[in-house]
Amino acid sequence: MSVTHDTRIQIRSPASSAQRQAARGWPDLNNPAAWIVAVILLIMPLIANGFFLIEIFATTLMLGTIALSLMFLAGYGGMVSLMQLTIAGFAAYMVAVFGTSDNANISLGWPWWLAVPTALTLATIFGTFGGALAVRTEGIYTIMITLAIGAAFYYFTNQNWAIFNGHTGINNVATPHFWGVNWRSDIPFYYVVLAIAALCYFGVDYISRAPFGLALQGVRDNPRRMAALGFNVNAHRVAAYAVASFIAGLAGVLQVWNYRQISPGSVSVGACIDILIIAIVGGITRPIGPYIGALVFVLLRTFALDFLVKIGLDGNRFRLLIGLGFLAIVFWSSDGVIGLWQRWRRSQRPQSDRPNGGRGHG
Amino acid sequence: MDSVARRLSAVGAGAALELRGVTRLFGALAALTDVTITVRPGERRAVLGSNGAGKTTLFNCITGDFPPTSGTIRFFGEDVTHFPPYERIRRGLRRTYQISALFPGLTVQDNVYLACRGVSRGRFSFLRPGQNDALMHAADNLVQAVHLSAVRDQRVAELAHGQQRQLEIALALAGAPRFVLFDEPAAGLSPTERAELVEILTSLPAHIGYIIIEHDMDVALRVVESVTMMHNGRIFKEGVPEEIQSDPEVQELYLGGGHE
Repeated sequence: MSVTHDTRIQIRSPASSAQRQAARGWPDLNNPAAWIVAVILLIMPLIANGFFLIEIFATTLMLGTIALSLMFLAGYGGMVSLMQLTIAGFAAYMVAVFGTSDNANISLGWPWWLAVPTALTLATIFGTFGGALAVRTEGIYTIMITLAIGAAFYYFTNQNWAIFNGHTGINNVATPHFWGVNWRSDIPFYYVVLAIAALCYFGVDYISRAPFGLALQGVRDNPRRMAALGFNVNAHRVAAYAVASFIAGLAGVLQVWNYRQISPGSVSVGACIDILIIAIVGGITRPIGPYIGALVFVLLRTFALDFLVKIGLDGNRFRLLIGLGFLAIVFWSSDGVIGLWQRWRRSQRPQSDRPNGGRGHG
Repeated sequence: MDSVARRLSAVGAGAALELRGVTRLFGALAALTDVTITVRPGERRAVLGSNGAGKTTLFNCITGDFPPTSGTIRFFGEDVTHFPPYERIRRGLRRTYQISALFPGLTVQDNVYLACRGVSRGRFSFLRPGQNDALMHAADNLVQAVHLSAVRDQRVAELAHGQQRQLEIALALAGAPRFVLFDEPAAGLSPTERAELVEILTSLPAHIGYIIIEHDMDVALRVVESVTMMHNGRIFKEGVPEEIQSDPEVQELYLGGGHE
């Protein structure tokens, strides 16, 4: 090692040992902004009316959780899966099929505490099986296979009447009532969604530093070397699909409770691609990215219509705004909104401070 | 006579690595032709040869990065010819790469930790390692052994080339290696760094054998006891370093000809 290296090392060493402590624990705990966001989310029902609570924030958290499952696969595992919404939709259908709905000839009428675990198990199996097909390929072919699974499921639900009730879907799906609470009324439902989203967010964050998550990032960076270190790379990838499918399935259960119905329109190819857009716009290197992307997406979807009408354009063009925003973000930052934010933070700091986080994605 | 024969067969059975008639074709091109090598446990051997002689292909066949077209490979007596790479690694085989094959998005510590985890149980563990995690300590020691403690928490993408080469070696020494394949470990190193490399190699425990591919004869011949010369995918000559160095054919082919 040359002398120049040694001096640089000595300058950096105290800072990096402090950072090491933070990296091993929960970096969010030392971040005042994270606490502020957490408190705002917790007292949200005091601030927001029912519309904002459900249509904006709960919807953001549900879409964000589906996008989180994609972030887990793409950001840590380097696998871009377009079937995450399909898995969520599958879980939603299964809740409707095993639970109670207006379609008595289809729904089995199981109580929610039996229907939900069954739906989650089946969704996880479905996603794992899809993943097992996809991990035999890389890059663009993974995208194509998962997109094909998504498209096949969409057309299947349209045409199958015995289980999926064709294009009309399954309506008036029962939602849980217990302990004297209607868990689908706005405020309890918001907290249920918030709790599940927080569970998934912290779960993914935790796993990213556990052996399984580290190994997944190793697979992303260099699968061949991982095999040369004793890892069964494909088994790791399939296991990652299983985890991501479970997360997507949880969000799917929430979605069917939210809308009380599920139909092929909810699992269309366009909706699958929306999840990719949400994850990319937010940033796929950290678990917070998908939630930021989902908030941007939901706000645009909800308010762009009024805005466009006001300036004399067709309100249905809100997708144009999303598309332009997507282009701008991909153009300016390969790491979505969190990438832009981190770069801005870095430019505000003195030079000696080391850039933190911001993992390059592969 | 009888006892000599028995001893010889015992040596054969106890070989660390035994290749018989290994051939590897890429289309019509034979990268390896009928290679037969036996290496004793703890033996340290250099594989020399010009570019395209098949040295790295030999490593790739031994680790299973790609399988041989024909022939058999035994590792400590076990036929591993059709094993996937990770099964061979779990049995004590290790390798380094000519072009560093690291995990640039992870820290030095995490790179080494992954190497330690790869050859032990709990590869799929969802629980973060605690303060007293045995593998964390093993990783700490390994980082120290290759003189990278000062950059332990830096991302590998930020490391200098020489440091990446040292990390490359650390990854190959995780767990309990029984035999290591070093693919040009000195590539791109400064003279000081080469001296450190020689020190690391010569201070390895005696039971760990290795094969080293190295163009730098000063490095190669100081850390080995036997030499295999390869040429056009075939074994060309085997012997002790002094024999090989003074062999006129070898000098013609390698030292005079294709040496960079």
